[in-house]
Amino acid sequence: MNRLLDLKKGNTLSEVQLNPVSRLDLIKYAGASGDFNPIHTIDKEATKAGLPGIIAHGMWTMGNLSKLFTPYLEEGFIQDYKIRFADMVFLDDVITLKAVLDEVHEDYLNFDVVALKDNGKAAIKGQVRFKVY
Amino acid sequence: MYKNVIGKKSQKVKNIVEMGMVKRFADSIGDSHPLFIDEEYGKKSRYKGNIAPPTFPRVFDYGEIEELHLPNVGLIHGEQTYHYKRPLLVGETIYCFTEVAEYYEKKASIGLLGFIVLKRYGEDEEGNTIFTENQTVIITEAVRKELVK
Repeated sequence: MNRLLDLKKGNTLSEVQLNPVSRLDLIKYAGASGDFNPIHTIDKEATKAGLPGIIAHGMWTMGNLSKLFTPYLEEGFIQDYKIRFADMVFLDDVITLKAVLDEVHEDYLNFDVVALKDNGKAAIKGQVRFKVY
Repeated sequence: MYKNVIGKKSQKVKNIVEMGMVKRFADSIGDSHPLFIDEEYGKKSRYKGNIAPPTFPRVFDYGEIEELHLPNVGLIHGEQTYHYKRPLLVGETIYCFTEVAEYYEKKASIGLLGFIVLKRYGEDEEGNTIFTENQTVIITEAVRKELVK
């Protein structure tokens, strides 16, 4: 594994492709986070809310995306993490997590981050400021 | 319609960054790194213990803002930001509260949208802010009409 500090502008972190989103993923996240909004787990509640089916918690996707930085948490930490929820994630969607180094400063690195759906649309996108120790 | 609640806060709630919760949370986002969940690994790290993933504060109780009445269905989570002074340490106590930071409206193709920004705070036992969080929730015109009924 490379050190984060060796990266240059435009370099990417190792991409991660998640397994197709399953109902169990969302049930587990509901239990672990305490977010039991039923549009994430129960079909009938999702359709009642006008959705074609259950959707992933936006925070589940945001939680997944941050793991690109986990291997580097002894070099620094995520000081700022800003996300816009752009598109809904449905069951069986395949999500790819990406981070590109956008700016290098003396004591922090700015990354553009995105979770892409298999249709090419961004489910969530934003920035990570990684503060270096 | 939410202008009158801007600045309203909840009472602080005591939360503990529990190892069991951190393990379950890390597993639920597929991020069971030993720095989060393995005690021995944590002790040898620069943190001298385990830390929690950056979105772990989703788990905390922030208390209720009495004056704020949000519908429990039909809300859209628009944006989410975290700002940290340092990572959360497993085992530490964090006092959390929430505040209505902003409310504004914007015209969109699907009608007038309301944006409510909830700011959340996590403080250590000495009252130092360890993290803040901004959650932007979008209220659609359809949902708002239901509320006024």
